[in-house]
Amino acid sequence: MKIFADQVYLLARRSVVRTIRQPANVISPLLFPMMLLAVNSGGLEAETKLPGFPTNSFVAFALAVPFIQGALFATMNAGTDLARDIQTGFLNRLSLTPMRGVALLAGQLGGVVVMGAVQAAFYLTVGYLFGVRLAAGLSGVAVLFAFAILISLGFGALGAFAALRTGSGEAVQSLFPVFFVFLFLSSMNIPRNLIEATWFRDIATANPVSYLLEGVRSVIIIGWDAEALALGFGIASLLTLVALGLASWALRVRMART
Amino acid sequence: MRTLAVTRAVAWRTLHNAFTNPSLLIPSIAFPLFFFTAFAGGLSRVSDVPGFHYKPGYTAFQFVFVLLQSAAFGGVFTGFGIARDFETGFARRLLLAAPNRTGIVLGYGVAALGRWLATASVLTVVALVAGMNIGGGGVDIAGLYALAIIINAAAVLWAAGVAMRLRTMQAGPIMQFPVFLVLFFAPVYVPLYLLQGWIHTVATINPLTRVLESGRGFLAGSPTEVGVAFGAALALMAGFSIWAIRGLRKAEAAG
Repeated sequence: MKIFADQVYLLARRSVVRTIRQPANVISPLLFPMMLLAVNSGGLEAETKLPGFPTNSFVAFALAVPFIQGALFATMNAGTDLARDIQTGFLNRLSLTPMRGVALLAGQLGGVVVMGAVQAAFYLTVGYLFGVRLAAGLSGVAVLFAFAILISLGFGALGAFAALRTGSGEAVQSLFPVFFVFLFLSSMNIPRNLIEATWFRDIATANPVSYLLEGVRSVIIIGWDAEALALGFGIASLLTLVALGLASWALRVRMART
Repeated sequence: MRTLAVTRAVAWRTLHNAFTNPSLLIPSIAFPLFFFTAFAGGLSRVSDVPGFHYKPGYTAFQFVFVLLQSAAFGGVFTGFGIARDFETGFARRLLLAAPNRTGIVLGYGVAALGRWLATASVLTVVALVAGMNIGGGGVDIAGLYALAIIINAAAVLWAAGVAMRLRTMQAGPIMQFPVFLVLFFAPVYVPLYLLQGWIHTVATINPLTRVLESGRGFLAGSPTEVGVAFGAALALMAGFSIWAIRGLRKAEAAG
């Protein structure tokens, strides 16, 4: 057990250090979602005047988006780093050691999870500075941190799966627009009940990203909404389990090939 | 004559690459359609915001933004191709072979226009099928597309200047990010008069705001700020022409 823990620790430390050493991997997930938040909250502030809009602050409404967008960056970072390990032959060399596959995966995702927590702290701080106060109170902060870590792990595992299957950083990067489409076709900018076009509301309702957003949003603007939280955490947990399963399988296949 | 020959050769090659490579063609057409769907479909309720008055409706309101956005990004995507040409060494051979090197920049400009015209055609057809209302006449619509063409030229000249200075694909974010900012700091979702606070201040001084508002005026059949919009767009194009030509000289000097 101690050997396994050591293996995870060593790879997790490498993953964290590597993330920190690449400024683009740290700055992009922090800055880019904040830019989008600034642009959308400035442009769509008038939307809060619509009858039935759940809050009078669009920043509070939109603060959920960076959490999901940050998780998308986790996919890219985890996947690209792992793909680089494959391309440079590091994974091949590692497979010659007694390192266990699960330890490798857990270690690789360590940096992503740490980055997920840092992102959550940054987004909440920016939100606080712009006057957002969590309706769920201080305990809501803990819930949001748990959620951020969970989805970072889930999306990070998806990135790892893509990297292990393709072995190409470029292929992993090309996933970003696909995930971005899911984000824009959700309740990202307007509550689902206020979407006028029926076809768009149906797409947003079928899109799991809507429920991830609404889970975070409920803590910020509603308080404790059991249904929204159950759906948000349920979908995030399911995504994480499936992604970890796929990544573990892809790792076994990759190791067998090498 | 020499300039024309170089322009034609560079444009043909760039267009051939763009239209025969699905990984280049599909995103440049799909992304504007996706933004149009997300904005016009998802946010149509925004037209119910008190004070929002745009006669042709929210679909037309967003169409103008997406049309200008596709024009700008059509130019930027062509800039990626220029950077790739430098990275692969093709551009250096081109610099050696071309009797008139200004034709190289013009060729890329013509190619950017060709790429965007294909995107704009698809986008326009989709918008009309989706039931977009048009209030303006033929001259108004020509005015809207003329503005978009100038924005396309300004964007490709900006991207060419960056690509020729840095000569690497890693310059992609530098080409893209400022264009993204200028576009989204304009009144994207609601008219300028409905914006409040810092975004209103930024949008007021953003030259693209005039272009966007004027484009929406053309589509509604009530042209507004036409002189200022064309002036701003042409000034951007002129400024970035100097930027691109100087970039070309730097690329020549780098050898």
